[in-house]
Amino acid sequence: MDINDLRSIVTVAGLVCFLAIAAWAYGKGSKKGFDEAANLPFAGDDEEGVAPARHTGAEIKESK
Amino acid sequence: MSGTQTTYNDKVVRQFAVMTVIWGIVGMLVGVIIAAQLVWPELNFGPWLHFGRLRPLHTNAVIFAFGGCALFATSYWCVQRTSHARLWGGPLVPFTFWGWQLIIVLAAVTLPLGFTSGKEYAELEWPIDILITLVWVSYALVFFGTLVKRTVSHIYVANWFFGAFIIAVALLHLVNSAAVPVSLTKSYSAYSGVQDAMVQWWYGHNAVGFFLTAGFLGMMYYFVPKQAGRPVYSYRLSVVHFWALIFTYMWAGPHHLHYTALPDWTQSVGMIFSLILLAPSWGGMINGIMTLSGAWHKLRDDPILKFLITSLSFYGMSTFEGPMMSIKTVNALSHYTDWTVGHVHSGALGWVAMVSIGSIYYLLPRLFGKKEMYSTALVTTHFWIATIGTVLYIASMWIAGVMQGLMWRAVNADGTLAYSFVESVKGSYPFWAIRWLGGVLFLFGMLIMAYNMFKTIAGGKTQDIPVPAPAGHHA
Repeated sequence: MDINDLRSIVTVAGLVCFLAIAAWAYGKGSKKGFDEAANLPFAGDDEEGVAPARHTGAEIKESK
Repeated sequence: MSGTQTTYNDKVVRQFAVMTVIWGIVGMLVGVIIAAQLVWPELNFGPWLHFGRLRPLHTNAVIFAFGGCALFATSYWCVQRTSHARLWGGPLVPFTFWGWQLIIVLAAVTLPLGFTSGKEYAELEWPIDILITLVWVSYALVFFGTLVKRTVSHIYVANWFFGAFIIAVALLHLVNSAAVPVSLTKSYSAYSGVQDAMVQWWYGHNAVGFFLTAGFLGMMYYFVPKQAGRPVYSYRLSVVHFWALIFTYMWAGPHHLHYTALPDWTQSVGMIFSLILLAPSWGGMINGIMTLSGAWHKLRDDPILKFLITSLSFYGMSTFEGPMMSIKTVNALSHYTDWTVGHVHSGALGWVAMVSIGSIYYLLPRLFGKKEMYSTALVTTHFWIATIGTVLYIASMWIAGVMQGLMWRAVNADGTLAYSFVESVKGSYPFWAIRWLGGVLFLFGMLIMAYNMFKTIAGGKTQDIPVPAPAGHHA
């Protein structure tokens, strides 16, 4: 196999990989985890009230 | 809160935050001086303070001293707060601060003395390059070590951007700085000819893409939600934004070498990837700005939010302008003119500096035990002065740049050049004066910030803030 075949394969694999990431990010399964992660800057806050989650009630419970 | 809890390491954040303002003033002052030298050439005193020596000092100071300190401060704050963990690394943490300051001082000494490897944005000679590598590896260990010991399950998206910035800069620095030393103060690049040019602009463009973009997007993803008091508009978009940037940025470098000895196909690849970059850039910008949706009223009287959101507007402007300028036919007009300088400062002043300034204003009172900055009115004043300065700078460079491009390509009916080079210099004069004024305004804003900062620090108590106990329901 020519080195250029390998280069083409890597390029296509990169695109497929990116499309898979996009499909995963916009799929149903990732929603709960993303909502938790999105509220991380507000979890265990030491100075101001925790902002309400925009999407669901999935904000992280504080242990105070 | 029990008394035995561990606390966040905010000392190093304090150090980097204060030095961000100090180095910002130094770097921008050098910028104002070299802008003045273009208007009044008599200001070129001797070899040490000549434009050619001060210009790399300006770029190194604003990018690596001002921008670098801002990135260290904000990434150390963000990674601790979103990982619920104290910085890992013990003595490595102060080493990153003192090592980075030493590098900056060495740059400020060696560049005016004329020690340079001649690579743009990578001028520092090989002994300093080795020190940079040591500090950078320590930075990576501290940052990723802290992520490893996090007590929450997710790695917040801002940390993905900060992490990518740290890894990419390490890679760029090692590859582009490869050189053969011939003495303590002189080395020659390991590459030659067009390969050297391509490696240099692969480095140069990704220094913009990862040092000046990914790192500051990390800032955006933490400080915009914090200051707006609501989570980022779309976390999904932020994930796609991240990977789209990572997959695309590395290939855009050849647009710096249009119409050179670089093969045509490589130039075209660079152009196409630059055009594709518009999508992730604008996706990220929209994500940041839309975080404010439903809370637009906060923009009215919160100058820190003004800084952050205006920085995103400039980010959107310059990431539209960049892909446009990478189109070969547009580049034929814009390259080597002041349009490029205007484009760079649209990103540097409007985006990088403003998002840093906003983030540092967010941090300072929290770092020094105050509820808010000494004077919010002065923050507002700073915002307007900085914005007017940036607009003056960009607009004057646009006009000067397009004028230069048109004059240089104008030909008479017999094919001879219509203008001599010095005629374009003469025509640029008034715009260089306006650019200098814009720079003076921006610098003046930084002086206001320094006054406000020292007033905020004065009488403030630094206190150790405890790390929250791990929440029970996390895996």
